[in-house]
Amino acid sequence: MDGNIAAPALSRRHFIVTALTAAGGLAIGMAPVRAAPIAAQPWSPENADPREFNAWLVIEPDDTIVIRYPRSEMGQGSFTALPMMVAEELEADWSKVRAEFASANRNLREGLVYGKDMSSVGSHSVRFSHQQMAQVGASARVRLVLAAARRWGAAAAECEAKLGRVVHTPTGKSLGYGALAADAATVTPDKEPELKRPERWTLAGTPKPRLDVPLKINGSAAYGIDTKVPGMVYAAVIGCPVPGGTVKAVDDGAAKGLRGVEAVLNLDTAVAVVADRFWRAKRAVEALRVEWNAGAGVGSDSAEFAKAYRAALDGPAATARNDGNVEEAMRGAAKRIEAVYEVPYLAHAPMEPLNATAHWRPDRLDVWIGTQNALGTLNAAAKAAGLPPEKVFIHNCFCGGGFGRRSFNDEMAQAIRVSKTIGKPVKLVWTREEDICHDRFRPQAAIRFRAAFAADGTPTGLDIRTVVGSLLRSLGRSKVESGIEPMAVEGLANSPYAVAGTRVDCVLKNTHIPVSFWRSVGSSQNAFAIESFIDEMAHAAGQDPYQFRRKLLEHRADFIKVLDTLAEKGGWGKPLPAGMGRGIAIHECYGSVVGAVAEVAVKDGRVRVDRVVVALDCGHAVNPLTIAEQLEGGTIWGLSAALYGKNTVRDGAIVETNFDTYPVVRMADAPKIETYLALTGGKKWGGVGEPGAAPVAPAVTNAIFAATGKRIRQLPIRDTDLSGRA
Amino acid sequence: MITLIVNGARHRLDIEPETPLLWVVRDELGLTGTKFGCGIAQCGCCTVHVEGEAVRSCSLAVGDVDDKSITTIEGLSPDSKHPVQVAWQALDVPQCGYCQSGQIMAAAAFLQRNPNPSDADIDAGITNICRCGTYPRIRAAIHRAAALIKA
Repeated sequence: MDGNIAAPALSRRHFIVTALTAAGGLAIGMAPVRAAPIAAQPWSPENADPREFNAWLVIEPDDTIVIRYPRSEMGQGSFTALPMMVAEELEADWSKVRAEFASANRNLREGLVYGKDMSSVGSHSVRFSHQQMAQVGASARVRLVLAAARRWGAAAAECEAKLGRVVHTPTGKSLGYGALAADAATVTPDKEPELKRPERWTLAGTPKPRLDVPLKINGSAAYGIDTKVPGMVYAAVIGCPVPGGTVKAVDDGAAKGLRGVEAVLNLDTAVAVVADRFWRAKRAVEALRVEWNAGAGVGSDSAEFAKAYRAALDGPAATARNDGNVEEAMRGAAKRIEAVYEVPYLAHAPMEPLNATAHWRPDRLDVWIGTQNALGTLNAAAKAAGLPPEKVFIHNCFCGGGFGRRSFNDEMAQAIRVSKTIGKPVKLVWTREEDICHDRFRPQAAIRFRAAFAADGTPTGLDIRTVVGSLLRSLGRSKVESGIEPMAVEGLANSPYAVAGTRVDCVLKNTHIPVSFWRSVGSSQNAFAIESFIDEMAHAAGQDPYQFRRKLLEHRADFIKVLDTLAEKGGWGKPLPAGMGRGIAIHECYGSVVGAVAEVAVKDGRVRVDRVVVALDCGHAVNPLTIAEQLEGGTIWGLSAALYGKNTVRDGAIVETNFDTYPVVRMADAPKIETYLALTGGKKWGGVGEPGAAPVAPAVTNAIFAATGKRIRQLPIRDTDLSGRA
Repeated sequence: MITLIVNGARHRLDIEPETPLLWVVRDELGLTGTKFGCGIAQCGCCTVHVEGEAVRSCSLAVGDVDDKSITTIEGLSPDSKHPVQVAWQALDVPQCGYCQSGQIMAAAAFLQRNPNPSDADIDAGITNICRCGTYPRIRAAIHRAAALIKA
């Protein structure tokens, strides 16, 4: 995805072995390791830590272990889960483990020691790094054991690593890792150790509180927006309200005379004001008079887009899946049903508005930013700065929410340009209005379903067609010449239901509104659509929605396990009072199977979601606590979208640009949430961060149908009048 | 000149009185635990205490709190051992954590007024936004903190 770094093709094991053998000895008695996981003095070749065991690990004389975490932390918890994998194999004392962000610059300079991908996207941080992290721990452990054996003149087989110490089993004498680290860094074992099978885990698999919580309860966690560097000035910006538009003319007469204002800069698609304080810059932006060339989007609106998307359902399409003969099934059907589902654009609106601090110098660029993809951000920064990547230092910070938005750093390019122009470090912060107005949105979509049934109610045909914006075209990454984008048909083309004639068609249709990855991506709209329609099919077949799904999923043991967990824990079939309903939904995404049962009450047209039961099969659970938290959070995320989420376009511009008009779930809307793991183990390693967001909307709308007989086919739910009878 | 008393320390600042308290706390005093989220008093990321009451500092002019006593997250306790912080840690509440300073400050002031809240009280009294969706844990942590305060 972000692969413009040329690198030798090295195996994962080779990375680690190379790193270990290159590490050299350890100097003892240096300054104590930094207390916070954000490095105050970021890594650079000049200040490399001489105490480190290797690029991944520092083992302090007091046995503290610092683990360099190669991805991002935006709340998903892998900043804790991945170090658990290191500690598991290292046989470390977890109470002495700390984590800090690995340097993307160092990764470039040292042959991609941290791997070619440092991103946290697609729910893959743990999924794709657990083995790498376990290997880091195992490689270090075997060296510590060998160093102890050598120290004692004993056989390595008599020595065992246990809770941060190596113990000589016959005598019981032991040495802490801190005392062995310097020797261990010089040892070369005959072969790298095998990794434990999950059945033998003792630390991983148990619930562990997050390592970052102590920093997040007293205001000390450092986010990008908290950066302060000497000589820094601030910038506020306003971009063209119509995405894609440019600056025509700027009247900065009123702005320039305001206190603290240093410069007004035309950034082509936006205007920036530089001042000695952020609020002064923001106030001056409000005093600007900017004329825009609004570009192609001017005059367009959401209703027009919706009409065009519906019309495109009858136009040409590319076929992503074609099993059996769906047309024949339709022709021979005893019964047919058809429905169209629609969803709007959605902003990410992470709590921390986008921001970046850049310090451009002719031979070096430093950027402090919360990014989901430090290496990709480094390359983007190099391009924006006109510097070679090795001269760019990305100081990754905790992300105040990401949800897909922080994979693309539009604000960083502005900050670099401003810093380069004025010759000072600058912190550029988007207001909430900028953050929403200039988001890269979850795409609008229209999705049509047709189903055919035999006389006994068995489904014989399922015909699906989606019209949706292409993320890759919008991001300028690909023309998607096949006309099929995996994200567009995610959750549709991989429909698990055993229906003999299944066809999935795709129409990619973009507007001027930029679209991108949004927590659970294609599954955010497609799970809603297909799981609602499966519910419609169950009712059309006169069957219970749980049993109907079960029958069509018998070939998938993992689906059955999740489904049965949901039915049991969700009290499926138990009577509810009038006005209440229960809905079920199940979905596969990011390698996991996830489902939800929602209980809702509908009174006087108002929907209240009382309880949501979630079950997940992600194969293996490294930290069940953070998994539970992600499922809770994913549920709330999905519920915000289901109940309220909508960004409308009027005259080319986004209408809702702050939380007064873009409402999200707050405490009073938050249901009771119960989460369950229904793990099937084996080779399955599924994601966690995004799956939880996918099944909520259909579970809720199916519950509303059960309560009221009204089928909701457009989100958000608040746009449907539920006050009358069905 | 504006006089501010923040976390017990007195500051004399040459600053426009219409400046929102949030930006004074963050950019003048360097107390960055208080966060910017929306700028229109919707989200509560910027919640601080003024004379013990929770306020959204993004929409409060510093001129209006001249000489008043202000507490930010950094001043809630010297050692992160305020009962609300203890409960937050015990229940592993934060995810991204960005809104949590405001949530904690809102909860601390809320429990001052209502030391024994029901779920309905929490629904009505805690209105800060969390995009990570930590509400169920915030609710449980408020109950836990209430029990800690009583104990």
